Amino acid sequence: MSTAFLLNGRAVEADGHPMSRLLDVLREQLGHTGTKEGCGEGECGACTVRLDGSPVLSCLVPLFQCAGRRIETVEGITAAPEGPLRDALERFVATGGVQCGACTPGIVVTLASLLASNATPSREEVRTALAGNLCRCTGYEGILRALAPAEPER
Amino acid sequence: MIALSPRSLDEAVRHLADDPALVPVAGCTDLMVRGPEALHRMDRVLDLLGLPELRGICAVSEGLEIGAATTFTEIRHSAAIRAAFPALTAAAEQVGGWQIQNRGTLGGNLANASPAGDSLPVLLALDATVILAGPAGQREVRMDGFHTGYRKTALAPGEILVRIRLPHPPAGTVQAFRKVGTREAQAISKVVVALAGHVEGGRIAGIRLAAGSVAATPVRLRAAEAAILGSSPGLVTAERAGRTAAREVQPIDDVRSTADYRRFALERVVRRMVLGLT
Repeated sequence: MSTAFLLNGRAVEADGHPMSRLLDVLREQLGHTGTKEGCGEGECGACTVRLDGSPVLSCLVPLFQCAGRRIETVEGITAAPEGPLRDALERFVATGGVQCGACTPGIVVTLASLLASNATPSREEVRTALAGNLCRCTGYEGILRALAPAEPER
Repeated sequence: MIALSPRSLDEAVRHLADDPALVPVAGCTDLMVRGPEALHRMDRVLDLLGLPELRGICAVSEGLEIGAATTFTEIRHSAAIRAAFPALTAAAEQVGGWQIQNRGTLGGNLANASPAGDSLPVLLALDATVILAGPAGQREVRMDGFHTGYRKTALAPGEILVRIRLPHPPAGTVQAFRKVGTREAQAISKVVVALAGHVEGGRIAGIRLAAGSVAATPVRLRAAEAAILGSSPGLVTAERAGRTAAREVQPIDDVRSTADYRRFALERVVRRMVLGLT
């Protein structure tokens, strides 16, 4: 069964079982390996993508529900970042927001979604937005500083 | 494999009547964790996300109706829900993380029928009514009769959960929601509790207490309610409510917690919530 949707602004078709995980379709069929599989059961946030503009877990989205929808992955979101997202990504690198990197694509997609509606989030707003993204290396401090640089460290 | 995406409730009900093996799905956040092998064995699904009758939050004469396919993000952003039913807003804010809230639906939480479903004690405490549609038309089921056993519901074959109705609470109603999990966000509850109650003339004039993850279904804490109805609010009453609640539930040991801890946490949470009644 073929499912057509927009991937990073480009029309694509994917073949597969309707209940296939969007995560697997992106990685194995469409070559978008920026989206990572962490837990595969909706706990860790590594596979976060945007579906019609909202962050979702691609391990929990069946392919057939993507028909006609707009999917954005980390590749699309970071291809030509502008404004607050560009600044945040530069700081993200400078503050050590990336360590092993497995969680980074999912975190970047979530943060880009937050910045799209709130260009100057508070630390608390960043923490709330990231509740569904696990990072086991950084302790989140570098990530928080990258997004909310004006507030002092605790 | 059949994956149907109907555009109206009537169409969806007809599909389900023609093929009772169809599995109705919405946000899929509970379903998809079964993993690819199990999912690829599913050969008939019915998508409910495209049904306008299952979307939206609207005022009705008795209170507020919430479409079954309304997401937790939509619930947490609803000013009408926040104003009248803050306990439901609080539950929506604590179901999973942002990504789960964008997909998970109130109807899915009900129909999935996990005893740990975070919104379910809230719907019990708020005296919700569940509206179902089937080939014979619509019918209503009181929330306290909807979950009939472990992961069992009152949904008959061929029926679809359409809306949830919350009646206007009496003036001065205090509402509370508390989830106890491994961490604040994205954790399946060890214990989850909700309260709605009001005080008149120095006495508790109405009280509904409910809890999840302490029995095979989400439950009203009826013994605790009876133990404090008509009492004056305060520490003695709150302690009686907590003790009674801990005695009336049947929690189990499982991967997330132990029966002992669940009773202990329930007693403390109920006591603190009842202390908030003024």
